[in-house]
Amino acid sequence: MLEHYLSLLIRSIFIENIALAFFLGMCTFLAVSKKVDTAIGLGIAVIVVQTITVPANNLIYQYLLKEGALSWLGLSETDLTFIGLICYIGVIAAMVQILEMVLDRYVPALYNALGVFLPLITVNCAILGGSLFMVERDYNFTESIVFGFGSGAGWALALVALAGIREKMKYADVPPGLRGLGITFMIAGLMAMAFMAFSGIQL
Amino acid sequence: MSRDSTAKVLTVAFLLCLICSILVSAAAVGLSSRQEQNKIQEKRKNILQAAGLYEEGRPIEAQFEKIQPRLVDLQQVEFSREFDPTTFDSRSAARDPEIRYRIPPERDLANIKFRSRYKVVYLMMDNDGNLQQLILPVHGKGLWSTMYGFIALADDLSTINGFAFYEHGETPGLGGEIDNPSWKKQWPGKKVYGPSGETRIDVLKGTVDEDSANAVYQVDGLAGATLTARGVGNLLRYWMGEDAYKPFLEKLKEEGVKP
Amino acid sequence: MSKAKDVFLDPLFNKNPIGLQILGICSALAVTSKLETVVAMCLAVIFVITGSNVSISLIRRQIPSNIRIIVEITIIATLVIIVDEFLQAYAFGISKQLSIFVGLIITNCIVLGRAEGFAMKSPPGLSFLDGVGNGLGYSLVLLLVAFFRELLGAGKLLGMTILSTTSEGGWYLPNGLMLLPPSAFFIIGLLIWVLRTWKTDQIEEEN
Repeated sequence: MLEHYLSLLIRSIFIENIALAFFLGMCTFLAVSKKVDTAIGLGIAVIVVQTITVPANNLIYQYLLKEGALSWLGLSETDLTFIGLICYIGVIAAMVQILEMVLDRYVPALYNALGVFLPLITVNCAILGGSLFMVERDYNFTESIVFGFGSGAGWALALVALAGIREKMKYADVPPGLRGLGITFMIAGLMAMAFMAFSGIQL
Repeated sequence: MSRDSTAKVLTVAFLLCLICSILVSAAAVGLSSRQEQNKIQEKRKNILQAAGLYEEGRPIEAQFEKIQPRLVDLQQVEFSREFDPTTFDSRSAARDPEIRYRIPPERDLANIKFRSRYKVVYLMMDNDGNLQQLILPVHGKGLWSTMYGFIALADDLSTINGFAFYEHGETPGLGGEIDNPSWKKQWPGKKVYGPSGETRIDVLKGTVDEDSANAVYQVDGLAGATLTARGVGNLLRYWMGEDAYKPFLEKLKEEGVKP
Repeated sequence: MSKAKDVFLDPLFNKNPIGLQILGICSALAVTSKLETVVAMCLAVIFVITGSNVSISLIRRQIPSNIRIIVEITIIATLVIIVDEFLQAYAFGISKQLSIFVGLIITNCIVLGRAEGFAMKSPPGLSFLDGVGNGLGYSLVLLLVAFFRELLGAGKLLGMTILSTTSEGGWYLPNGLMLLPPSAFFIIGLLIWVLRTWKTDQIEEEN
């Protein structure tokens, strides 16, 4: 049993890294990765949001939306999956709002460091993507927690790694047209290829 | 009403929710029957394609007329009427603690951990009421994904008429070559079981030596896609083996098809 | 009229959403292995951006500022769900290939970015053009990437064989890298390089 969750965790962090294998959360990924400190802060925020929202959305899916989910209300024929998208994004927006208020109150240093990126987590496709994968693969509640944490951690890992590399790129002589965004794409592509090396791992 | 007053906020929010839910529900409900049809057609097309019977251009219902879905209970090794075969979903059954079967790890060649106790198989009868083809759903782990396919057996329940995957997420160009027609056309004519009934079908690493006596049980591997190919071989050996369809096939051969 | 023309043409090259604004990239990378899938995706995105821009612009004076973002997201989500339902009904094969990426149009930063940045402050006519312009700018990049990936990776375009591959008995040995997702990164990087060499004002300063 434990081995199943451990394998799910390793898979979601490395083999199926949500940033480098599925390319979710790219906009923030490319825009925020200029400095390692900001990257770490944002990465942690993403892990927290993901670990909370994926299981929360799982509960909503299992008990409200899925076909037959409303049988406790006597409506076993109803299939409400089509409003799933709005529900999940609503949950995510609410969680981010709450996280913002909590951080502002209890950890103001981090709140100020993250600035505008905190609300931007709402539209980070990696967050919604995590919930959508959870639905597609029909995870149960515990698997959702593990997957939420793992996919958030994987995204954070990729982000910090990219930030680290970009900081080093300041000392490189990049052609003008490639400077900034262009070279970042190239680096990200190479990182994605590197992560594909994990695919042979049988867990 | 000032733009930011509470009343305004509530009104806007309420109206927005109302209009959006009406639009979304209308779309979902209005289109749902069409979507269901699409899913059923897709599944039928996959079965026909696996059996090598699919003809482009002809309506799928007409082509599917001769094929009968039946539910099989793998535990009792017999046909069953427990569920309606046209609506039974074996993927969710494999997750339902009441009717799933936990595969002992040493037998789990296909790496799927659980399987449904019941499977829907497809019988194609000829005009005299004898079994002409039997089409079985199979699935198992590849490199990146679980591969789902159908295998079509001829009336001797050992010779393969066709084998195709309808869903998988293997690497395009490498493992994804399981969809390549030239690889797929090796399957018809191969045999699953040897003369004493043992499961012999296999996907080799490399090419089959056509002169060897074993060639009829073997299919070429895929260059650069060892793990996918191994997955294919494993899932076949599992489903055509003792833990899955084999006991049922042996019984079917002995007793014939009962209505 | 020239304002309208600017609004429409700017997002194509001068302020391309992917090339300059760094928006909408996720889907650009994941769905571009076949031209056919991309065409469907682009049409869906153009429909959603235009629809959301126009709807939000029409009610822009009525939206209270403290629920602004959630109102925008709700409208966008509604449009995306409608598109998803239509795809599942009328183009089932393509909807399976696009899988979760249709839903992810909701978080496609271009849509929300234009809604917040343009439609909230502009009349419906201009918002419509802005929506179409940005949708087209996005589509341009996606189509180019998919063009190269499908052609070099499989020798095909829209499923039709252009370069006959060795596995079909032809001469062209397909570039396997093109079929894998990382190639999209490289192609976009190269496209940005070309774009910025042409429009030198987009080059980022060294800091």
